[in-house]
Amino acid sequence: MATDTVFVRTHFEEPRPAPGRIGGVSHWLRRNLFATPGDAVLTILGILFLLWVVPPLFNYVIGHAVPPGGTVEQCRAEGAGACWAYIAARFSFFIYGFYPPAEYWRPNLVFFMLAVLITPLLIPRAPFKRLNAILFFVVFPVVSFYLLNGGVFGMPRVPTEQWGGLMVTLIISLVGIICSIPIGILLALGRQSKLPIIKTLCVMFIELWRAVPLITVLFMASIMLPLFMPSGTTIDKLLRALVGVTLFASAYLAEVVRGGLQALPRGQYEAAAALGLSYWKRTYFIILPQALRHVIPGIVNTFIALFKDTSLVSIVGIFDLLNTVQSASSDVNWISPTQTITGYLFAGMVFWIFCFGMSRYSLFMERRLDTGHKR
Amino acid sequence: MAVQDNMRSAPARTSLLNDPVFRGIIYQIVVAALVIAFFAWIAINTAQNLAAQNKSTGFDFLFRTAGFDISFTLFEWSRNSYYWQAFLAGLLNTLLVAVIGIVCATILGFTLGVARLSSNWLVSRFASVYIETIRNIPLLLQLFFWYFAVLKAMPAVRNSLAFPFDIYLNQRGLMIPRPLPDEQFGWVYIAIAVAILGAIGLSRWAKRRLDATGKRFPVLLAAIGLFIVVIGGTFLVSGASLSFDVPVLQRFNFAGGLQLPPELVALVFGLSIYTAAFIGENVRGGIQAVSHGQTEAAQSLGLKDGDRLRLVIIPQAMRVIVPPLTSQYLNLTKNSSLGAAIGYPELVNVFAGTTLNQTGKAIEVIAMTMGVYLVLSLLTSAFMNWYNSRVALVER
Repeated sequence: MATDTVFVRTHFEEPRPAPGRIGGVSHWLRRNLFATPGDAVLTILGILFLLWVVPPLFNYVIGHAVPPGGTVEQCRAEGAGACWAYIAARFSFFIYGFYPPAEYWRPNLVFFMLAVLITPLLIPRAPFKRLNAILFFVVFPVVSFYLLNGGVFGMPRVPTEQWGGLMVTLIISLVGIICSIPIGILLALGRQSKLPIIKTLCVMFIELWRAVPLITVLFMASIMLPLFMPSGTTIDKLLRALVGVTLFASAYLAEVVRGGLQALPRGQYEAAAALGLSYWKRTYFIILPQALRHVIPGIVNTFIALFKDTSLVSIVGIFDLLNTVQSASSDVNWISPTQTITGYLFAGMVFWIFCFGMSRYSLFMERRLDTGHKR
Repeated sequence: MAVQDNMRSAPARTSLLNDPVFRGIIYQIVVAALVIAFFAWIAINTAQNLAAQNKSTGFDFLFRTAGFDISFTLFEWSRNSYYWQAFLAGLLNTLLVAVIGIVCATILGFTLGVARLSSNWLVSRFASVYIETIRNIPLLLQLFFWYFAVLKAMPAVRNSLAFPFDIYLNQRGLMIPRPLPDEQFGWVYIAIAVAILGAIGLSRWAKRRLDATGKRFPVLLAAIGLFIVVIGGTFLVSGASLSFDVPVLQRFNFAGGLQLPPELVALVFGLSIYTAAFIGENVRGGIQAVSHGQTEAAQSLGLKDGDRLRLVIIPQAMRVIVPPLTSQYLNLTKNSSLGAAIGYPELVNVFAGTTLNQTGKAIEVIAMTMGVYLVLSLLTSAFMNWYNSRVALVER
């Protein structure tokens, strides 16, 4: 019969084994380190490289290093690592330069004010932003100048030649950014202007400073600025560097702000004009608040670049952090084979901590400002 | 009715002061006058200051004898050379460092960018640690490190580190063999030029054929074959020979070979390692900017992996990568001025340093130095605009 050929299942198929674990260490290893033979080779080479580099590096920086409080003899010993004792001994020089030790409380107070004012300014949710900004951008620089320079309220005057170290690095970068923000905004607005003369002037200014290296700007500021002033004027060396750094930074900042201005939809400009607001009201109330908000990451990145670039002022003879480290490396009391490298390690770590922190902040702001509907 | 009448009549007269066009002209005149006054003030002050210091202006100093030594020049330099030759020596040294640095930084940077996107966890970690470390430390500090802590701490000449191919590294720098082409070698140069032209022609022809018939031609293989046949053939036929002048350790120093000073080596090292970190980030960003849909679309068209990368992903990624890449090249060139801090005789060191100190012609010297960088920057942005207009998306 035809029905004999009909296939009827009499038992269930054996269930297949469950798929291998998706999680777990071995799966992770297989997927991320040993996916293909080529990958495996790369991984093994990488591990060998780590074994080759990490132990000596660890021994140099920590294992065989001379901790703070050690003696120079320990640093001179055969096979000694980084001489942290030397850093500890010259620490105040790296932070304050030649600032008189009796007056260290003044820079300390400035550092403290800086920390207290800048922390809430950087936290987006912190209240009193306007007051905070006024305090930070206007009051703080003035107070700091009188505190550091002295000559008022019975504080002895400390000429800028004695300022140095991390203090000067921070001063130059903060003054650079605080002064360059308004100049940069004006330049960016000028570059967007419909008035041909103003636009040309702004473009020329921006492109000139962006085209030349900072070191020539600093040379120019330190050599030619005295020539440009009425005869008999003397300009402080630090002030010359500040002028150079500010001009340089404002050109870069102008381009960052221009990015923000161009990113605003035209409708914002048109709506503001339709309300009958004047140019400055339009700019101040409608355009800038939106444009600046969007370029906060860019401004922070400019600030990182500026912070690193302040190290160039050592070439025109200002004792910033790098210059103090460099000049301390010829300190005869601490001569040892590792003296120079330890100094560079220290300076590198300080710069790295500041710059890395700022770049994380810029990433955080970028994520916060990303509203999810990018066009 | 009254309203309609109003609409037909001429626009309401406003005061001239409220007319935007008139106001714009006034603003511009005021700004221009202020700028001119500012520059005039500077010019008068400068003239007074220079007169007070008994200094003259002008570029005649360029034709005076320089009378100082430059440790490393690309042409014969003596104390009797002129200041314009010092300018040229500095400029050539700057360009030398820039070219070597750009080549090294590009290779390292592309490797880093691809490594950072690698599916291998360890490799991508290495790349990100490298990039995050190097980017956040000032270049000048890195140059000091390479120069004072690494190259100055190299063994003395007698105990040089020896590498294969007669390369030696010691306190006095890097010693490499110097190629010595003989007279017949001119033919080989011509052959190289011919091979390059041939390769360009070949790729054009292949492109045209691809557009016309859709048939592919293995351009790369053919070009390599062309190079080997044409250059190798000429080399054999013309009887040219290439010998090397190798550095040999004499009693106190190496003789012969090409001796690269430690300043140059440190500067190239520092610049390439620093710039590579930035280029790596650009490359990563460029590749990530090509949306994943492009990969999927290429796969669904049946393209092989190599074709997918070569025809779909890389052309689109390059559109994003090249503009920031050129500005990184410009940054590298500008940063080569930091060589002044470690004593490499580049433009800023030789000209804005020594020459300025000896002649006191601050304005002329600084203006010439800045002019060089300005020209380089303008050339770069001209290239960028040309490239952008070439690869820009053609939208309807």
